[in-house]
Amino acid sequence: MTKAKIRKIIVTVDEVLTEQGQPVSPPTRRAAAVAVIENPFAGRYVADLTELIDIGEELGDLLGRRAVAALGVEPSQIESYGKAALVGENGEIEHAAAILHPKFGKPLRAAVENGAALVPSSKKRGGMGTALDVPLGYKDAAFVRSHFDGMEVRVQDAPRADEILVAVVVTDSGRPSPRVGGLQKHEIIGEDGLR
Amino acid sequence: MPEVKIRKFVTAIEDIFHERGPVAIKPRKRGWCLAVIENPFAGKYVEDILSFMDDLKPLGMDMAQRLIAAFGVPADVIDGYGKGSIVGENGELEHAALWHAPGGYSMRGHLKDSLAIVPSTKKVGGPGTRLDIPVTHKTASYVRSHFDAVEVGINDAPRANEMLVALVMTVGPRIHSRSGGMEVSAIKTRDGQK
Repeated sequence: MTKAKIRKIIVTVDEVLTEQGQPVSPPTRRAAAVAVIENPFAGRYVADLTELIDIGEELGDLLGRRAVAALGVEPSQIESYGKAALVGENGEIEHAAAILHPKFGKPLRAAVENGAALVPSSKKRGGMGTALDVPLGYKDAAFVRSHFDGMEVRVQDAPRADEILVAVVVTDSGRPSPRVGGLQKHEIIGEDGLR
Repeated sequence: MPEVKIRKFVTAIEDIFHERGPVAIKPRKRGWCLAVIENPFAGKYVEDILSFMDDLKPLGMDMAQRLIAAFGVPADVIDGYGKGSIVGENGELEHAALWHAPGGYSMRGHLKDSLAIVPSTKKVGGPGTRLDIPVTHKTASYVRSHFDAVEVGINDAPRANEMLVALVMTVGPRIHSRSGGMEVSAIKTRDGQK
């Protein structure tokens, strides 16, 4: 039995083969794993958010593994990652923070091996079908410019008022045609999370 | 014959555990594969467009295979389907109709007992346009437990000179199906309807 009461899980792979007529070879691939869960604190103010913090730990593992599996690569081959949460109208933004920040990152990093860099994140409140943009950054060095990106996720019938949508995105590649310079992935040291 | 130029694929699988009712032992699954391709007829009126339907057939087969692989279940348990297309603003609705044969027969070629017409829908629209793709049982269109629709779309497609083509497949009835009507167990005429 999971701690989170999960209504559904959607796993999406976005694969780009051509950008402005230029072949992308190999194709860039991004995978999003999204869970729609019940918000145990919907409709009331609860001071202690421990329950959601523990749910975050569980979902960091579950969604991290599902997203990596969808790409069909080894965890070590994951290049960038991001996370986000969308709280239904009867919840508060702090509920998203409780899921995402205290315990979510450790199991997510285990699912992608390493992950020295901050996991970029976003959060918002909204109704069913609200679009959520999940920010992306290189997993071992936040300054790698070719991998700054975002992936929009959206579930047509979620979140209901007392639900929360939680998303993880992983990639095995950067943007389709990176050419704005900056730190390159082959230049990183990968220890301090930045470079 | 124009070559099919593919910009991207988006493939998604949804596992539904409940919808405020009893939690299913096995989740219901819905999946979709979308391809964003260049519209070879964008920006002009072309009278003879029919040969592009043949050009699209390999893409349809590829998409059906991608989708079945993504489900991770034996193809035999996939029992619902639908298809659709969104044409970018420099195209016309008729271009969307070119997806009928390649989309439908690709799925029917892979799914056993797929006798029913593949329900479909189409529209012209910009990037981010959503399309509600109707879904019915693959063997008998009147099976009530499998009537459904799946909303699809991609935030950056179709661009004006592109079209988005879509396949949808499902596993099992609606998660809490209880609205009566014809059940799968009642299929008998094998005419694709009942």
